[in-house]
Amino acid sequence: MTEVTATSPISTDPSRRARLAEFWYYFSENRGAVIGLVFFLFLVVLALCAPLIAPHDPTIQYRESVLLPPFWQDGGRAEFLLGTDAVGRDMLSRLIYGTRFSLFVGVIVTTLSLSGGILVGVIAGYFRGWVDTVIMRIMDIILAFPSLLLALVLVAVLGPGLTNAMIAIALVFQPHFVRLTRAAVMTEKTRDYVVAAKVAGAGHLRLMFRTILPNCMAPLIVQATLSFSSAILDAAALGFLGMGAQPPTPEWGTMLAEAREFILRAWWVVTLPGLAILVTVLAINLMGDGLRDALDPKLKRS
Amino acid sequence: MALLEIENLVVEFQTATGPFRAVDGVSLKVHESEVLAIVGESGSGKSVSMLAAMGLLPWTAKVTADKLAFNGRDLLKMPSAERRKIVGKDIAMIFQEPIASLNPCFTVGFQIEEVLRFHMGLDRAARRKRAIELFEAVGIPDPAERLGHYPHQMSGGQCQRVMIAIALACNPKLLIADEPTTALDVTIQKQILDLLMKLQQEYRMGLIMITHNMGVVAETADRVVVQYKGRKIEEADVLSLFEAPKSNYTRALLAALPENATGDRLPTISELFNEQQTLEGAAR
Amino acid sequence: MTHVLEARNLVRDYHIPGSLFRKARTVHALKGVSFTVDEGKTLAIVGESGCGKSTLGRIITLIDPATAGELLIDGKKVDIASEGLTSEMRRKVQIVFQNPYGSLNPRQKIGDILAEPLVINTKIPAGERRDRAMTMLKKVGLEEKHYNRYPHMFSGGQRQRIAIARALMLNPKLLVLDEPVSALDLSVQAQVLNLLADLQDEFKLTYVFISHDLSVVRYIADDVMVMYYGEAVEYGSRDEVFSNPQHSYTKTLFAATPRADVASIKARLARKNAA
Repeated sequence: MTEVTATSPISTDPSRRARLAEFWYYFSENRGAVIGLVFFLFLVVLALCAPLIAPHDPTIQYRESVLLPPFWQDGGRAEFLLGTDAVGRDMLSRLIYGTRFSLFVGVIVTTLSLSGGILVGVIAGYFRGWVDTVIMRIMDIILAFPSLLLALVLVAVLGPGLTNAMIAIALVFQPHFVRLTRAAVMTEKTRDYVVAAKVAGAGHLRLMFRTILPNCMAPLIVQATLSFSSAILDAAALGFLGMGAQPPTPEWGTMLAEAREFILRAWWVVTLPGLAILVTVLAINLMGDGLRDALDPKLKRS
Repeated sequence: MALLEIENLVVEFQTATGPFRAVDGVSLKVHESEVLAIVGESGSGKSVSMLAAMGLLPWTAKVTADKLAFNGRDLLKMPSAERRKIVGKDIAMIFQEPIASLNPCFTVGFQIEEVLRFHMGLDRAARRKRAIELFEAVGIPDPAERLGHYPHQMSGGQCQRVMIAIALACNPKLLIADEPTTALDVTIQKQILDLLMKLQQEYRMGLIMITHNMGVVAETADRVVVQYKGRKIEEADVLSLFEAPKSNYTRALLAALPENATGDRLPTISELFNEQQTLEGAAR
Repeated sequence: MTHVLEARNLVRDYHIPGSLFRKARTVHALKGVSFTVDEGKTLAIVGESGCGKSTLGRIITLIDPATAGELLIDGKKVDIASEGLTSEMRRKVQIVFQNPYGSLNPRQKIGDILAEPLVINTKIPAGERRDRAMTMLKKVGLEEKHYNRYPHMFSGGQRQRIAIARALMLNPKLLVLDEPVSALDLSVQAQVLNLLADLQDEFKLTYVFISHDLSVVRYIADDVMVMYYGEAVEYGSRDEVFSNPQHSYTKTLFAATPRADVASIKARLARKNAA
């Protein structure tokens, strides 16, 4: 994708628009995907404009109004639409700010694991032989651990915190990208256009990254969206276990962990962050499904 | 009475860029024990029209016809269960890629016996006996042993023979062969064509030969339909088609054959025929 | 005069490594093939699938090395297995593949596809590269407006023209054509064959034309080599081979080729009526 835009300063061609139109046609056939996309865009806006939208500062504690229920319940106040938590912070504001962290985690983790996975996967798939064997066995070992457990161990080694949690999750996700890239590279490598580029004199680097890689992007984009949602989920899990973002950060998983003791007295402090995680992950997964429909040539009817 | 009768067949596909008309008003008839060749280049709608007649197109295709009758029975009006009984039993089809048309997970024996069980209701011993007979008929050496082989253990020519055996399993009245030899080598092509012609005579089947190869047409057909861009351009018996083609397009196709080259250059289609004129002629 | 291409006793073996259940074995794809091609001439290599003609094509194009034997291009010995390949040699031989749908990078614009060989092998500035690509595009019968389009917007015949244009960008002496027209419709086939003939005259190109279609070979070739299971069973000028085939396989091949002339149709119909 980047390949195309980078090499074409003259964009007089009608083909990009046509391709976009075709993409949209297949994507919009899947109604769930469109709903997912709309919700995701809504989350992005929310995250970007959090300071403008949120009614309160997410860390300010209103000591006089602790554990207030949402406004529609008895005792709720319009000032705190979704109630307050155990130390009197506004739930709605914290949830809105939480979007920032979740999307941030998703973006960073996906970028890290995608770029690392592509690099390693292309090398493995292109050179084969012992390089491939070594790389794939290491990936197999990583895959053999339960992913959350491995992330936990890594965070334990690196020390708790959001940054370290992201690095750990990225490392755990990397093998999926490596495998996918390797498989795609191996099929593309035998195609005639690659041989043609070789006959034109292209070297290894050019063949790997200019010729082959752009043709392997479709499955990777799909996998990237799906791991975007898993990353949010895993980061929340690490937060819940106290190994991810540290209080008072308004991260959804951390919020859940803090609210554990009030689960019976105040349903909203647990339910709302949980619901936020659920809906976000669902939306992104739906979007990923639509992307798969639109990008996977095997599913296309033409 | 004609075996298969098609009148004004139209097939449209829904695509990202709007409806696409793949077959546009084709009419044709096949009689008993007759070989009809449908010739055309890619995009002429020759395969699609036959798939439409068999009801094998995906749901995105819209098929309409004034008449689509097999043995006097209207295929479009009958319930789909009944239609399925005819397709596969009385009408059989073989395809271009023999290896891809067979299920790689099962032995060829299983696949042919499945057809025999489904359409003929034979018991186990009778199925096996019939399968061996069929393999012998299509010239597969050592048929009893071959029944236990998987498609990947056979060559392309052998697989096409198996496909033909499966197609013949229920004594069809009509066999549709969609580019049956395009994927095969010349010497194998010769064998398969000879086999098809022999079986067609023996079983007195109607045979529709879909092909782009003028040589195959010349070697097999009784009658020829020439299609271009979804329209029927010409219909003639084989000798008059080659001797005195009526349409410019057919003339151009024949002239473009390298073996008919007279000078240094091959005449190209665009030099010889006016597309607009020909299509309008076909519409009339 | 030196030959543009000379092959002396080329051999190519493939080793299939053994596994738990199978012994390692060696497949002889080429069993000692020799031939020469002169400048501006066309050698057709005919044979059925698995006869080694594509293997030979890859060796001539310097993609794969030969196991044994010598390959001389423009009188110079080339051995990519031990000495590697110089850019100068690379530019002398180019290839056009059978399947025009697989041989163009779907993510590259036509202009970039054509300019790529120049980017890799020369230091020509971008402006001139563009001009040269444009010139070549017109030479193969396409238009300037096609420069910025992607391969999927073209038909099979147009793509084959683009593939031919790309092969010619480096001004090669020798062009290996691996079944260049067998995936094309009859009408398009005629156009591409005409184009190839024109280009051969204009650039004094030498062709190695790999094909299974005897009628095409008869039309385009000067010399013909028939291959069967890795061996050249027949090698001679076109007229010799077609009028007086020596080997039994060549005769079988000729007999199997369908004939589309009126006389043979009449004969067939007569046979049918008699039966």
